[in-house]
Amino acid sequence: MAELPISLESLLERFGPHPAYVPPGGWHDESRNAPERLVKTHCCFCGQQCGIQLKVRGNQVTGFEPWEEFPFNRGMLCPKGVKRYMQGGHPDRLLDPLMRTPQGFRASSWDEALDFTARRLREIQEKYGKDSVAIYGGASLISEKSYLLGKFARVALGTRHIDYNGRLCMVSAGAAYKLAFGVDRSPFPWSDIPKAQVVLVAGANVAECAPITTDYLWRCRDAGGKLIIVDPRMTPICRNADMYLPVRPGTDLALYMGLLHVILRDGLECRDFISAHTTGFEQVAESARAWDPRTVAEKTGVPPESIERAASLFAKADRAIVLHARGVEHQSKGVENCSALINLCLATGNIGREGAGCAMITGQGNGQGGREHGQKCDQLPGQRSISDLEARAHTAKVWRISPEDIPQAGYSAVEIMEAIHRGEIKALLSACFNPLVSLPDAKFTKEALERLEFFGVVDFFMSETAHHADVVLAGSLQEEEEGVGCTAEGRVIHIQKAVDPPGNAKGDSWIYCELAKRLGKGQYFPYASTREIYDELREASRGGAADYFGITYEKIDKNMGIFWPCPSLDHPGTPRLFEDGRSFHADGKHHFVVTEWRDSGDPVAPEFPIYLTTGRVVSQYLSGTQTRRIGSLVEQYPNPRLEIHPQLAEQCKINDGDWVNVTTRRNEITLQAMVVKTIRPDTVFIPYHWPGGRSANRLTHRTLDPRSKIPEYKVSACQLRRADGPPDWALSSLEHPSESRNGKG
Amino acid sequence: MHGYEFYVDPSRCIGCQSCVKACEECDTHRGTSMVNFDFIDRGGTTASAAYVCWHCEEPTCAMACPTDAIKKGDDGIVQSSLKSRCIGCSNCVLACPFGIPKIFPEYEQMMKCDMCYDRTSEGKRPMCATVCPSQALAYVRPEEIAGRREKPTNAFQFGNQKVITRVHMMVPAGTDSVSLDVLDYMWEESDVAFAQPQ
Repeated sequence: MAELPISLESLLERFGPHPAYVPPGGWHDESRNAPERLVKTHCCFCGQQCGIQLKVRGNQVTGFEPWEEFPFNRGMLCPKGVKRYMQGGHPDRLLDPLMRTPQGFRASSWDEALDFTARRLREIQEKYGKDSVAIYGGASLISEKSYLLGKFARVALGTRHIDYNGRLCMVSAGAAYKLAFGVDRSPFPWSDIPKAQVVLVAGANVAECAPITTDYLWRCRDAGGKLIIVDPRMTPICRNADMYLPVRPGTDLALYMGLLHVILRDGLECRDFISAHTTGFEQVAESARAWDPRTVAEKTGVPPESIERAASLFAKADRAIVLHARGVEHQSKGVENCSALINLCLATGNIGREGAGCAMITGQGNGQGGREHGQKCDQLPGQRSISDLEARAHTAKVWRISPEDIPQAGYSAVEIMEAIHRGEIKALLSACFNPLVSLPDAKFTKEALERLEFFGVVDFFMSETAHHADVVLAGSLQEEEEGVGCTAEGRVIHIQKAVDPPGNAKGDSWIYCELAKRLGKGQYFPYASTREIYDELREASRGGAADYFGITYEKIDKNMGIFWPCPSLDHPGTPRLFEDGRSFHADGKHHFVVTEWRDSGDPVAPEFPIYLTTGRVVSQYLSGTQTRRIGSLVEQYPNPRLEIHPQLAEQCKINDGDWVNVTTRRNEITLQAMVVKTIRPDTVFIPYHWPGGRSANRLTHRTLDPRSKIPEYKVSACQLRRADGPPDWALSSLEHPSESRNGKG
Repeated sequence: MHGYEFYVDPSRCIGCQSCVKACEECDTHRGTSMVNFDFIDRGGTTASAAYVCWHCEEPTCAMACPTDAIKKGDDGIVQSSLKSRCIGCSNCVLACPFGIPKIFPEYEQMMKCDMCYDRTSEGKRPMCATVCPSQALAYVRPEEIAGRREKPTNAFQFGNQKVITRVHMMVPAGTDSVSLDVLDYMWEESDVAFAQPQ
């Protein structure tokens, strides 16, 4: 059903991505005019959500001006932030709802598109049951939209199955923090980082994925702080590291157990803190006994002396911080990796005070806020568990329905795609999610999409996934609806509406409310504005861990953001958690969690002898739906390259710039080699932002962490072979538009 | 901006090229970046460096200009060439010890960083230094830079030529000036770049 309506080439020709190199109106014309307004808002490209001022003329974003007063980034922006405004007036922007026909997509009226969508969803639910329909949300959506999607799934559709692309981000960390602290948030504001004496950066390419955090690390060094970096690649921040631990992909857990082993062996743990504020220490100490430095060195490839020295540096500091990201989280033992890092902080008493603690660097636009209010398959607003009877009662009361009407937990993102593939889920409504590029095992994803009986998409650009849709509802960019986001720090920020959606495109929230009406549930979605949705969100989150009740738009503006929990209007918010020594657990204790070693789901073997790991580059964001349309960012890093160490390159007879065939147990792609000494000789790296023949996720596998359900993007097994020449994608100007710079001026 | 100085610290650079992108936004040369950016040796390291014009006290580019097209203002800022005088001869490009000036064929003149005159004259910091996520490029008061691990210098020795600049380079504490002799680097280097042809 949902095969491509016309050829890929015609779709690409019509919908892009066409990289825009010039601002709306050109460099020398319209965009030179002074802005009519400067709108203080935030960048949409990553969990840092830097403050930025957008220049607006008429109904057009025409440029930007740094916002130096915003305390998190003080005017600083990465190249994505600098060029984010280039989405304004972009020629690829969807301006009308689109209906699929045998001749391709045609523009339709909103009534036609919405009636059709609601009718198909209803028909499929009547035929196959409520749970035959699933919703995909996006972590880049403002919190109002995320909240609304969660309510839409449960109230308007009554389906269990809603999940979001944050499942591909930091959910392993979220699960581990809930186990340890009873709450899923980085426990300290970033202003604590320069105050630490030691910062351990674990699996986080800070320079490219959270560039502004670099300044915090460098300021820590200025104050005499030591930097320990754990990564299979020497990322740019390694240039100033005091220690670099080149961990073998997928073996992080062993390394952190090794550090704990040394700390306990040498009696460097903080006994007073452990006995006053924690539970479960003895079992964890017992489990660390087996991980002596030599055993760990064999497993991880990190020399035993480095393990000893890192453990000693970390434990002897009065204030130590751990920052971690996808490197440790994107593994089939992602939760274990995070738990092991938290255990290190608990054992050394590094939590709940200035300059100390363990934090995840959330990666997606509203990665923190987007996961707090109900688009996660097992959560209700306020970070409440959907299986908790009290939480269900509270939410049902706010939603004015009966608690029994709230469905139970559904499938996570990858599980939804698997259920589509096996025919259990028949219809999908997907908002700002591009699973064909971002889910692992892209061939499987494509097969699944082709089996859908109905596929609806809400998006502002035609993503590769949307090519398969029956209807595409032209939605809104971040700057086109007012709302809130929550940053990696836990700071709730105000996203201002700078412009209206162009043409006939609509705010996403309007689209869901209209669909709800057509599904006969309009009375539960009576909102005239996103502010009304937010006021309901505040009420729904009240009393939960992520309590937003005391946070209003006006209060955010006045204080440059408010950290949750903020239970009342006169509450100042909570920049640092656990300062009273208590966690969010009922017993008030921080819980040590025992971790268990598991091998990767795609093990290295004689046939596939090389580790493959994937990640980001600084100039692209997630599946590239937005950033592959911004010419200046495309130019900076046009196509994925295979990073390979000279030793391995020599073994495989590969030179810098050669085309290389990379094969895993799933599929193969052909890329150009980039021979660099900055990666382990047993590992290759490919960034994942591209579709089709350039897609790293054709190679990755669907093994999930059993608790967080995060895919193991960071560890696959591959083989390499020098290719005879460039692959098809490199020869097609449409699939690969970066070489032609039409319109540059 | 009174009391503010420009500091360049390559050791902080993370290669993100935010400065390069932001420079394109400047009103005097829209769409064209004047920031010099290099991956020093990407095969061997992730180290990278971004530079603006150093704005020399006695600018070599101006001394080498046969048409007197390059002017230094009272504020110490060395400007792009005067369009009416510039003959595009590239003397300045070859003469500058830092490799900063460039000839832009589409504008038929030498253009370079003017430290965002359009911004600093309005009390705004230069675009590159404002956005730089690692503050490898920084436009701040001297007392703010004093707390850094690296310390500023503005004295450079190129062979026999001593150059004092407006922009400061951050160097390891205890280093008074940066001394560079191209010949040193040519003959000690055993890397492929200077290997003898077979």
